[in-house]
This record gives sequence, structure tokens and C-alpha cells, in this order.
Amino acid sequence: MTDWIDIGGLDDIPRLGARTVDTREGPIAVFRTSDDEVFALLNRCPHRGGPLSEGLVAGRKVACPLHNWVIDLSTGEAVAPDEGCTTTYPVRIEGGRLLLGLAPARAAAHA
Amino acid sequence: MVHLSARRRLVVIGNGMAGMRTVEELLSRAPVRFDVSVFGDEPHPNYNRIMLSSVLAGEKTMDDIVINPRAWYAENGVTLHAGDPVVAIDRSARTVTSASGTVVPYDALLLATGSRPLMPPLPGLDLPGVVAFRDIADVEKMLAASATHRRAAVIGGGLLGLEAAWGLKRRGMEVAVVHLMPTLMERQLDIEAGTLLQRDLTERGLHFFTNGQTEAILGDGRVTGLRLADGREVPADLVVVAIGIRPNVQLAKDAGLDVNRGILVGDDMATSDPAIFAVGECVEHAGQVFGLVAPLWEQAKVCAARMAGDDTAAYATPPLSTRLKITGIDVFSAGQLAAADEADAEVVFRDLAKGVYRKLVIRDDRLVGTVMYGDVADGGWYFQLMREGKDLADIRDRVIFGQAFADTCCGAKAGGNVTAMADDAQVCGCNGVSKGAIVAAIKAKGLTTLDEVRAHTKASASCGQCTGTVQAILTAVTGADAAVPEAMCKCTDLSHDAVRAAILSQELKSQPQLRAALGWRGADGCPKCRPALNYYLLCAWPGEYVDDSRSRFVNERVHANIQKDGTYSVIPRLWGGIATPAEFKAIAEVAEKYGIPEIKLTGGQRVGLYGIRKEQLPGVWADLTAAGLVSGHAYAKGLRTVKTCVGSEWCRFGTQDSTGLGIKLEKLMWGSWTPHKVKLAVSGCPRNCAEATIKDIGIVCVEAGYDIVIGGNGGIEVRVTDPLVRVATEAEVLEYCGAVMQLYREEGRYLERTAPWVERVGLAHIKARILDDEAGRKALYARFLFSQRYAQTDPWAERATGGVDAHEFQPLAVVEG
Ligand code: SRM
Ligand SMILES: Cc1cc2nc3c(=O)[nH]c(=O)nc-3n(C[C@H](O)[C@H](O)[C@H](O)COP(=O)(O)OP(=O)(O)OC[C@H]3O[C@@H](n4cnc5c(N)ncnc54)[C@H](O)[C@@H]3O)c2cc1C
Ligand code: SF4
Ligand code: FES
Repeated sequence: MTDWIDIGGLDDIPRLGARTVDTREGPIAVFRTSDDEVFALLNRCPHRGGPLSEGLVAGRKVACPLHNWVIDLSTGEAVAPDEGCTTTYPVRIEGGRLLLGLAPARAAAHA
Repeated sequence: MVHLSARRRLVVIGNGMAGMRTVEELLSRAPVRFDVSVFGDEPHPNYNRIMLSSVLAGEKTMDDIVINPRAWYAENGVTLHAGDPVVAIDRSARTVTSASGTVVPYDALLLATGSRPLMPPLPGLDLPGVVAFRDIADVEKMLAASATHRRAAVIGGGLLGLEAAWGLKRRGMEVAVVHLMPTLMERQLDIEAGTLLQRDLTERGLHFFTNGQTEAILGDGRVTGLRLADGREVPADLVVVAIGIRPNVQLAKDAGLDVNRGILVGDDMATSDPAIFAVGECVEHAGQVFGLVAPLWEQAKVCAARMAGDDTAAYATPPLSTRLKITGIDVFSAGQLAAADEADAEVVFRDLAKGVYRKLVIRDDRLVGTVMYGDVADGGWYFQLMREGKDLADIRDRVIFGQAFADTCCGAKAGGNVTAMADDAQVCGCNGVSKGAIVAAIKAKGLTTLDEVRAHTKASASCGQCTGTVQAILTAVTGADAAVPEAMCKCTDLSHDAVRAAILSQELKSQPQLRAALGWRGADGCPKCRPALNYYLLCAWPGEYVDDSRSRFVNERVHANIQKDGTYSVIPRLWGGIATPAEFKAIAEVAEKYGIPEIKLTGGQRVGLYGIRKEQLPGVWADLTAAGLVSGHAYAKGLRTVKTCVGSEWCRFGTQDSTGLGIKLEKLMWGSWTPHKVKLAVSGCPRNCAEATIKDIGIVCVEAGYDIVIGGNGGIEVRVTDPLVRVATEAEVLEYCGAVMQLYREEGRYLERTAPWVERVGLAHIKARILDDEAGRKALYARFLFSQRYAQTDPWAERATGGVDAHEFQPLAVVEG
């Protein structure tokens, strides 16, 4: 069963940006794309743990600030040729509020 | 029959390389004198036959090799009858008749029917699966066969056969080459080079049957293989015959022209009928027939000159050289392959382990032939020595080692580079274009791209082997890298420079507006273009453009350097490297208060605090700001440090107050955004303790004033600065340096530091803008000062106490439990 937790308003996150949520599972980065889709990922790059929340967002992807791996926000997978995956979490918008689901939606392949 | 048009009617038979080159030459000489009609057997416009090998190997497409597209014929008023061969010439009526029945009258006729592949009288020659290698139709057949069949046999181990074999191999076939002689390409290579070639091609997976005489092509319904005279059999689903060519003379013969092996022509390229000319592989001149394009270009030139009324033009066959177009295999040969008698000497260099072989044939201290394998970079130079008949007495003992070595030892400038190349040195062997001709065309016509140089001079337009040299000449003449400008990123085909020009000319003032106007792919741009666009807009519209923090890398967005563990470093500005006790105290106290793990003196003469967590940053900044410290921009594509030495204030050698001047420069420039980071240094004397000569802008103080030097870099590739100017006063230093800074801001491409910028645009250009143009310099300086009005706000203070980007430093939520 997923626990849906209110973590704030959509407008608390800048478009093409991210904010973090501290949880028992670790820091989770919640991203907002230019057309107001939201995605939640463990804030750790599958490469060497870089904070993905600090990366540049374009489309549904973020470039890690440390060594520029590109991670797909919807799957948590690194874009080829890099290989790796980070855990994603369900997140949805209801009436302008952001709801984060805390049972992991999909565990990372080598978490 | 009397015709009323004043224009003469020229009919060309043969829409190939020699015929169309003659038409091009004629159009450039006498554009209005002729009405030109061209008949071609092939249903295509004129294409580069040489490049069929590259098409077969998959390195080029058919479209790439078209020389004159159909539009060219229309634009030049040339009527093209493609796919409609001429079947008869009526010399008394002066008309030609084509297969479709079209009859066209001529005043002048040009025969350029090329040659036909030689087909041996073998049983099975007409089986499906047997092809020649001459035209597009042949290549299409080979490509189709390679898609459905596995094994190919090529009869003939000459240039054409080997290129066919390699192309088919690249297309995935298993290929065997049957060659009559003991070594490959025996007409162009000596035994040693031919053996090396066979070794390398065998390593690449080709099979060879040398001393192999084909006796029959086997098969029933479709080819299945070859049988050799010694009984060996070679299985094959495709057989390519490439044993030679024969001039295509039937039409001329039928018309009663004098024909031997080829159509006989004189030095004026006219046949035995003065109204009929002939060029190309179909002709025989002075007992010689042809198989390479270089002499054909010469024939085209002479023939066009004659037609245009120049009675002095005369053809003589130039010395010829050969190369093999198999990527990664380098072969060059010219002239005699071996000593003919006692008077000839052979000089040989051999390093078989490295696959390098080189032979020169010398007679009377003059080069008369060369064969090269493996390293052919000096081929052009040897060929030049040969054609000039240059006396080698002085360099004979080292000429075998190549131009660089021979020249250096003579005290001349090291060769191999295009600046050292003589003006009459031939660059493009196919088209007989000298370096001087290329340089002249670039200058006279203001050419900037390789394609333009090709279009105007034909250099590198045929086999393409000399492309690198032509590019190097272009670069040397224009002083810029004139290669096709690279697109900024995958979102656009526009180059950095084109985008910047559009920002100004179309007054683009925001990223969404720019992306829409310039047809960007992808609404958000990408991590590569967004930071660049943000900078270009900021530079173009100071005070107007609103900085987009989402287009900044994290360091510039949060004004600290991210470290490998996700913590940050903080480096305050220490103006000119000077700090007061209070400032040092504030730094020390901050380090204690926030438990900062490390303090380090940086390589840029400042103090760095390492290991700060993101949420601590505003607090750290607040305390530093209170002590009067501001951001050192150690993270910025902007002004970094201004290093100084102690100078005349303390040092016994100091000539000026280098520390004071450094502080003034830093106060002038801090906060500015630039294409890449910018570092300065001021040294008090030429001992240069501040290392000013490896900085983007350096000042070296001297008794008489200040030497300003630019374009240095101490990073990945160390580059020493170029001297710009010596000025007398500090005020001038500020003005000149500010102007240089603004020029770099306006011209530098994003992520291009001053060192590559200076190399790209050239020091002469910068001097012209800064030194020769006083009004221009003052305008640059004024633009810099204007932009600084909006740039010099301390980002730390804004964030520590001004509430800017507060969301950056707080988590969105904390979920307990
Ligand atoms: C802190 C410092 C090393 C130190 O502890 O001493 C440093 C640290 C970094 N340098 Fe540096 N460089 C530092 C002085 C230098 C110097 C020396 C100097 O400035 O006199 C050089 C050679 C001089 C030059 O730039 O020409 C230098 C040449 C580089 C380069 C190569 C630049 C180039 O054009 O080749 C890079 C890579 C880059 O910028 O792309 C680089 C990149 C970096 C980065 C930003 C790497 C990164 O992306 O994380 C490091 C940031 C660490 C951090 O967060 O602080 N750093 N770096 C120095 C800061 C000086 C300051 O007070 O601002
Ligand atoms: C695969 C390949 C690779 C080559 N590589 C090189 C190389 O690297 N370097 C080099 O210097 N040379 C090379 N050559 C040789 C070079 O291509 C020829 O020397 C050159 O094309 C000859 O030009 P041409 O105009 O005489 O003949 P072509 O280019 O063959 O033109 C003759 C044209 O006339 C047409 N024609 C014939 N009869 C009639 C008629 N009755 N009516 C109308 N049209 C007619 C033919 O169909 C043909 O299109 C290569 C050739 C081939 C096939
Ligand atoms: S040299 Fe510069 S970039 Fe390299 S590890 Fe040291 S600080 Fe980092
Ligand atoms: S940690 Fe993300 S790319 Fe290296």
C-alpha cells in the first residue's frame, strides 16, 4: 500500500527545476518539467551518487551536475551509452498540491 | 543550310568527366558564344566516376558524387539529352542522330565517349552475376548482389580491381582477387610495395590468387565461380571483371575519323576533321592513351581554349602520379618504378615492421620516379621535385627522409606545413591546381569554406586525397578555421556565431522567443545550448535580459562549487591577494562556527573553505558579507582571480605598484560574465612572479610603463600570452584591458577561453580592433562599463540577506519516520 504524503504545492518547485524531500529512504528529488509534469527520484545519480536535483532539466531528462550523465526522469534509467538506474517514486498533483507515494514504485536494479 | 543565330552550336557526345569539364572551361571563357547540347548514354547528369569506389565502399552516396546536377545544365543554358546515346555522325551535313531519332546540327562537335571495360573472351562471360566496374549501373548491380549473395571474385589486381574488392568486402562479402601477375598493381608499384600491399589487404580479409589466369567463368543460369588455367577453382556468386579499359571509338570510326587505339588528336585536341574535337579516355595523343583524370583536365583546358579562339593553346601530357583509394592503405607512385640502367640510382628506405617503404629513382641528381607505401605524406613533395627536375645534389643524402628533414637540415623552415610550400607546388594532382592558384582564388573571391574553394578552383573536387592540404591552405590564408561551422548542439543546425548574429539582427531577447524564431528542436533546449544562450542574451542585452537560473550549471546557480560528495566550497574575493586581519579572522570564525572541514590556500592566491552543506551556505555568506567579503566567483564563467606580486611597494626590483594595479583591475572587472573563465595577473617586473604570461590577460610592469599580454593559459594546454601593446599609464591599462575583455565577451564562443579565441580570430584582428581603431576601443570599453553597471551586485549578499532564490537552500519537505 502506498502512503500518499502532501509535500507542498506545485509552485514551490521552479519549472525545469527540482526540490528535495528528506525521507527515511533518503533524499528524494521532485522535478517539475516545463509543461508541469512532476517526477520523483532518489536524489542519487547511479554513477557516483551526484545530487540529481542540482542538474539541468530538459524535456523529461536531467543531466547530473557531477559528470553529466543524463537520467530519464520517468524511468530513472541512465541514457545510453551510460548504464545504471536510480529508484523512482510515484508522485501526483491534486488541486495544485503534490502527493508523494512512499512505498518505492520500482527498486533500482542494483540498489 | 544557313542559320541565323550568331551563336555557334556545340554538340557534345559523352556526358562524362572530360566532356563536361570542357564545357565548364568553355562557359568560363566564352559564355555567350555557344549553344551547347550534350548527349549522354547514361541516364544521369555528370558525376564523379572516380568516387564510384567510395560509393561501393559505403563512404559516399550517389548524391554526394554528382558534379553537375540537372539544375546546373538549366542554369547554364546547356541542353541535356541523358539516356539517349548518339548513334551516328553525318560529317557532311554536320548533324548527329541519337537513338531516339533526334537530329541535332552542329558547328563544332566534341567527342568525349570515354572508354569501355575490357572484357576477355571467356566462356560464361554473359552469365547473370558477371559485371564490370565502370558506371553507376555496375555499382547498383554489385550492391544488389552484395545484399543477397555471399562470395565475390574480382578478376584483376590493378587499381580498379582492388578498389572493387575492398568495397565489396566492406559490404560484407567474402572476396577473392584473381590476378594474372605475381604482384598487385604491377604497373604502378614495384615488387616490394606490391607485396606489402598484398600482405596488408590479406590481413584485412581479402583472398588472393596471383599468377592466376582465368580460363572460364562457371555457372548455369547464374555464375557460380571461376576456373583458373592451373586447375584452381574459385567459388563466387558475383564476378567483377576489372582487367583494363579500351577507348570507346566505334562512333568515330563509323564516321570515318582517323582512329588507332584511340581517336587520333593533335596538340590542339582536334581530330582529323577540324570541326570535330575529342577529349578524354577515348583519344590517343602522341601514341598515348589515358586512364587517369589529371591529363584529361589538361585536355579539357586546351580544347576549350581552342574552341574559344585561342590558337596558341597546346596539349602536352603532364607527369602522372597514382594513389589507391582504400581507406587506411596509403600508396603513392609516380614516374619510373625502378632503375632502367646503370645511370639510374635507387635509394630505398624500408621499415617493414611498421609497414613503411619508400623508393626514389634518381638520375643525374634528379628525381625521375618514386614508389611509396605506408607513409605517403611526402608524395606531393617528391612529385614536385620530379616535375621541376630539381637538382638534388645538396640534399641527396637525406632526400629519402622527406621534406621536413631535408629542409631543416638545409636551414630552411621545417616543411610538411603549407606555409613552407612553394607557390607553384601542385596540391591537387587530379586537377592540376597549384598552391598559388588556391591562395589567389581565396583572396580574390573572399572564399571561406572548403566547398567554395572546390567550386572555384576544383582543388580536392575529384579524388579528395588532398582535402586536408586544401583545408590547411584555406586556414592559413583566412587565418581562421574555415571548416563548416559546427552546429551549436543537436537542437539546431546553426553555429554559435550564426545564433549570436541572429540575436542582434532579430532583436531576440528571451530564450523561448529565440528558440521559436530560430526553429529550435525541443521546447526546452538542452544542457549544452541553454547555458550558451543564456550567456549570449545576457551579453547582448545588459540590464534588459532577465538571467535564467535554470540555464545555469549548479555552481553558477548557487554561487559555490559543488564537490564530489555534493557539498560546496566557498572562496571569497581577496582583492589582488590582499586581506586584512579582520577578514582573515572572519574566515576563521566562519570555519569554526559551521564546522567547515577544510581551509586551503588555492592556486589562485585566495582562501578556500571546503565541505560546506548546501543549507549552510546562506549562513556562511551572511557572516562573510558582514565582514565585507564578497563572492570570489571561483565557480563562474566570469572574472576569477587577479593575481599580483608585491611590486614596487616592497620588492627591490619592482618598477610599478603591481598590487595596486591588480586591485584596480579586479574592481573594474569583478562580476562580469564571459564565454569562459577569465584570469588576470600583474607582475611588477619581467621576473614575472605573478605568472602574468600564462593568464588570459597579463600585465608585466616595466620602467617605461606596462606591457599588456593576452591569450595565455596555464591549464590543460599551456599557452604563453601574445604581446598586445605597451602603455604608459594605469588609466590606459584599464581602458585597453576593459576593451579586450569586451571584445572577448562579444566574439568568444561559449566555453572558448581567450587562448583558443586569440588563435581563432588571430592577434592581428585583435590589434586592429584595440590598437588601430581608437574610437572602436573606446566604444568597446564604454560597452563594458555599461554592462558592469548591471553585473556588479554581490550574489552572496543577495542570497544571504536579500532572499534571492530562498527555495534553493531549503528542502521542500521533511518526512519523518
Ligand atoms: C580551487 C582551485 C584549486 C586549489 O585548491 O587551489 C581550482 C579548482 C578547480 N578548478 Fe582550477 N582551480 C584553481 C586554480 C586553477 C589554476 C591556477 C590559477 O588560476 O592561477 C588553473 C590554471 C590556470 C588557467 O586557468 O589558465 C586552473 C585550471 C583549471 C582548468 C583548466 C582550464 C583550461 O582552460 O585549460 C579547469 C577545467 C575547466 O575550467 O574547464 C579547472 C577546473 C577547476 C574546478 C572548477 C573543477 C570542477 O569543475 O570542479 C575545480 C573546482 C574545485 C572547487 O570547487 O573549488 N581548473 N585552476 C583553484 C582556485 C583558484 C581560485 O582562487 O579561484
Ligand atoms: C571505379 C573507378 C575509379 C577510378 N578512380 C580513379 C582515380 O582514383 N584517379 C583517376 O585519375 N582516375 C580514376 N578513374 C578513371 C576516371 O574515372 C576516368 O579517367 C574518367 O572518368 C574518364 O573521363 P571521360 O570523360 O573520358 O570518360 P567517362 O567519364 O567514362 O565519360 C564518357 C561518357 O560518355 C558516354 N558515352 C559513350 N558513348 C556515348 C554515345 N555514343 N553517346 C552518348 N554518350 C556516350 C558514356 O556513357 C560516359 O558517360 C576511375 C575510374 C573508375 C571507373
Ligand atoms: S587540478 Fe583542479 S580540477 Fe584537477 S583535482 Fe585539482 S582542483 Fe580538481
Ligand atoms: S555522479 Fe552523476 S554523472 Fe557522475
